[in-house]
Amino acid sequence: MTKINNARVLELKKKAKEIRVEIIKMIYKAQSGHPGGSLSAADIVTALYFEILNIDPNHPNWEERDRFILSKGHACPVWYVCLAEKGFFPKENLAKLRKIGGILQGHPDMCKVPGLDMTTGSLGQGLSAGVGMALGAKTKGLKFITYVMLGDGEINEGQVWEAAMSANKFKLNNLIAILDYNNLQLDGRCNEVMPLEPLADKWRSFGWDVKEIDGHNMCEILNVFYELKKHQEKPTIVIAHTVKGKGVSYMENQVDWHGKAPNEEQFKQAIKELEANK
Amino acid sequence: MIKDISTRVAYGDVLVEMGKKHKDIVVFEADISTSTQTCKFANAYPERFFNMGIAEQNMMGAAAGISTTGLVPFVSTYAVFASMKACEQIRTSIAYPNLNVKIAVSHGGLTPGTDGVTHQATEDLSIMRSIPNMTVAMPADAVATKILVEKAYQTKGPVYLRFSRCPLPVIYPKDKTDFKFGKAITLKEGNKIALIAIGDMVYQALQAAEILEKKGISTRVIDMHTVKPLDEECLNQVAKKTKGVVTIEDNNILGGLGGAVCEYYAEHFQIPVKRIGLKDTFAESGEYLDLLKKYGLSFKDIVKAAESLLSKEN
Repeated sequence: MTKINNARVLELKKKAKEIRVEIIKMIYKAQSGHPGGSLSAADIVTALYFEILNIDPNHPNWEERDRFILSKGHACPVWYVCLAEKGFFPKENLAKLRKIGGILQGHPDMCKVPGLDMTTGSLGQGLSAGVGMALGAKTKGLKFITYVMLGDGEINEGQVWEAAMSANKFKLNNLIAILDYNNLQLDGRCNEVMPLEPLADKWRSFGWDVKEIDGHNMCEILNVFYELKKHQEKPTIVIAHTVKGKGVSYMENQVDWHGKAPNEEQFKQAIKELEANK
Repeated sequence: MIKDISTRVAYGDVLVEMGKKHKDIVVFEADISTSTQTCKFANAYPERFFNMGIAEQNMMGAAAGISTTGLVPFVSTYAVFASMKACEQIRTSIAYPNLNVKIAVSHGGLTPGTDGVTHQATEDLSIMRSIPNMTVAMPADAVATKILVEKAYQTKGPVYLRFSRCPLPVIYPKDKTDFKFGKAITLKEGNKIALIAIGDMVYQALQAAEILEKKGISTRVIDMHTVKPLDEECLNQVAKKTKGVVTIEDNNILGGLGGAVCEYYAEHFQIPVKRIGLKDTFAESGEYLDLLKKYGLSFKDIVKAAESLLSKEN
């Protein structure tokens, strides 16, 4: 197991909290957006952008960069904040989320946002794009890794399983899916809307390796990605157990916070809680 | 006499030639490569050929993804599956980000004939035309196909190219190369009526023109191989030089070539138009030419439409 530097883990945990604050600020300002799934994905996306991904903000189209696709595109506030913090575009844009004339669309547009590797938002399509990128890497002899974050509700879509089958066929050991398994989708609990279990078995039977982690434990997150960097035999899915709305008490595990913005009072409380935890 | 050849066969052949020249071409297929003719590319360049199985949505998404790495995917299946089963993938994963994906599909219109409605794409021109960033075209014969497939490679952004299942007469001399998307070809000059046709219907229009000429009606024949972008300059000329227009397409008359031409004329010229195509109906199983007759798309129907249009005009 790769030894993770403790000080670095603490830095990344702090970064993830800052990113949560920015997510809440931008959704509050926009008065629309999806806080629940942005917060559940925040630790993983932070780890990817600030530790794992081989990327260069000065050369967003660098051919050999690692790719990241947020297939659950509605959680784009977390993506936008990480890209801005990383320096892909000026942070002023964050205040213009979902505003006419801005670059930060309600769901992500790769033509408008530097560093954003794929347009997403229509659920079920991101893993296929990831399969294509991974095939492209193999065809061109490039070493980059393609990471695709899926929502749990999203994998109701049949296309995801078409993509899973094809990743196995082409032995894409340069493709990593990450499932943000917060167990809530728009209409309720995943396992009531459309049961997913036994989930790990499903992916294994499709020819994938499966890793399971606590998606809010920075050590576990870093470990799993470092391990995969060292050796990946097959397409691999990291099933990350997460909490929707993580970090804001009244949003946690509440399906109502899938896609609405806090009011002023709720906003203040959210910021207070997140900053207290810094 | 040159043998009739289906445009899917011409596509399969030119793809192999292009694969040799352009090393960045990759081909995606959904388990019908012997039918779409991408099997020839698969044999020549197996490392650049990806059979995605019977899963068109994933195929479109994967093509979108691979195009972002700088490779140029040609994606083939039947027109009906590409344009409808994977319509939203084309719209959102390919056209919206304006990715460099070439959707090159067989079995356009009634050309699959006996296979029946499930395999006849008779709405795809309308659907694809309504998607921003998309170039939509159907070559009339094997000569046009070979050039337009190469042009698709040279054109940045998404292109929808539709081919025929059944053999079609070769109407262009084999050294004709000046095909361009959005640039119609005037096959025959004439100043009374204009027949504006696309794809397999161009040959029907040429036959109709012969009959009309014998009846003393000066007939212009246009190969409008690209429905989008539409050649507006050509339409301006037609409106200035002729008295009426018949549009002819192997597609529903709603929203395809006829729709495009009428939209343009409604805003720019007062010229009578008649649309030949499927009259908002599904067809059925049958031989291609029999279907054209039964559903009113044959050269005889074109002659009738032209005559009735001119009689109203007088």
